[in-house]
Amino acid sequence: MVMQASLDATFAALADPTRRAILTRLASGEASVAELARPFAMSQPAISKHLKVLERAGLIRRGRDAQRRPRRLEPKRLAEAIEWLERYRRLWEGNYQRLDALLEELKTKEPKWDS
Amino acid sequence: MGQLKVTMPSDREIAMTRVFDAPRTLVFDAHTKPELVKRWLLGPPGWTMPVCEIDLRVGGKYRWVWRSDNDGSTMGIGGVYREIVAPERLVTTERFDEAWYAGEGLNTLVLVEKGGRTTLTQTMRYESKEARDAVLKSGMEKGVEASYDRLVELLASMPAAR
Repeated sequence: MVMQASLDATFAALADPTRRAILTRLASGEASVAELARPFAMSQPAISKHLKVLERAGLIRRGRDAQRRPRRLEPKRLAEAIEWLERYRRLWEGNYQRLDALLEELKTKEPKWDS
Repeated sequence: MGQLKVTMPSDREIAMTRVFDAPRTLVFDAHTKPELVKRWLLGPPGWTMPVCEIDLRVGGKYRWVWRSDNDGSTMGIGGVYREIVAPERLVTTERFDEAWYAGEGLNTLVLVEKGGRTTLTQTMRYESKEARDAVLKSGMEKGVEASYDRLVELLASMPAAR
């Protein structure tokens, strides 16, 4: 269960709902800090703090426009994180599929009260 | 059966929900009878559960150990039953042998039956946000899914990473 430090930062960044919402917004195209702050009841400095965490985690970067300083999604890191999460989701889903099979077996052994 | 959903109801919790096509008495048994637990709660392929001790009473202990057939490594967990309301509710503490997060976890299992199907909700509460995040980061929380669902969908529709 060892993982790289870089992914560590990614998951810490993803563990916050506001930051996930920012990523979701950025997935539809780059946006300035002001544009990102608008849908949230948050000040620009508060949003900037979240952006810094996302930037440090390698999930976003700054676009070329020096005036607007738009942020854009860095899909590679997110894809890595999701691939990793997906592995563990599959692990637990594997458990539950085994449980499905076990329950089917138990159902056939159980007396049928309603018949 | 149903789709596994994972949410974060608060900053100290992780919750999983899934529907099973069976009455809740059976789902409850599958979580509390060692001979049944050992058959499904196994994790990745190649792992078995050689130790599965359950003393199902309030204050009673449980102890589970998994073992990898590949390299013989083991992982153990234990705790105490805090609340037992068969077949609908089970509250247990959890602590891993190797303390990779601070403090204890508190797991609440709730089973709701409707029309012969059971909705399982397992909520894991940690002593701090940091502990929960450690669990999130480690992936030991058994699959963080739903919160990332939308992102997964978005990613799938996005051009490949450069």
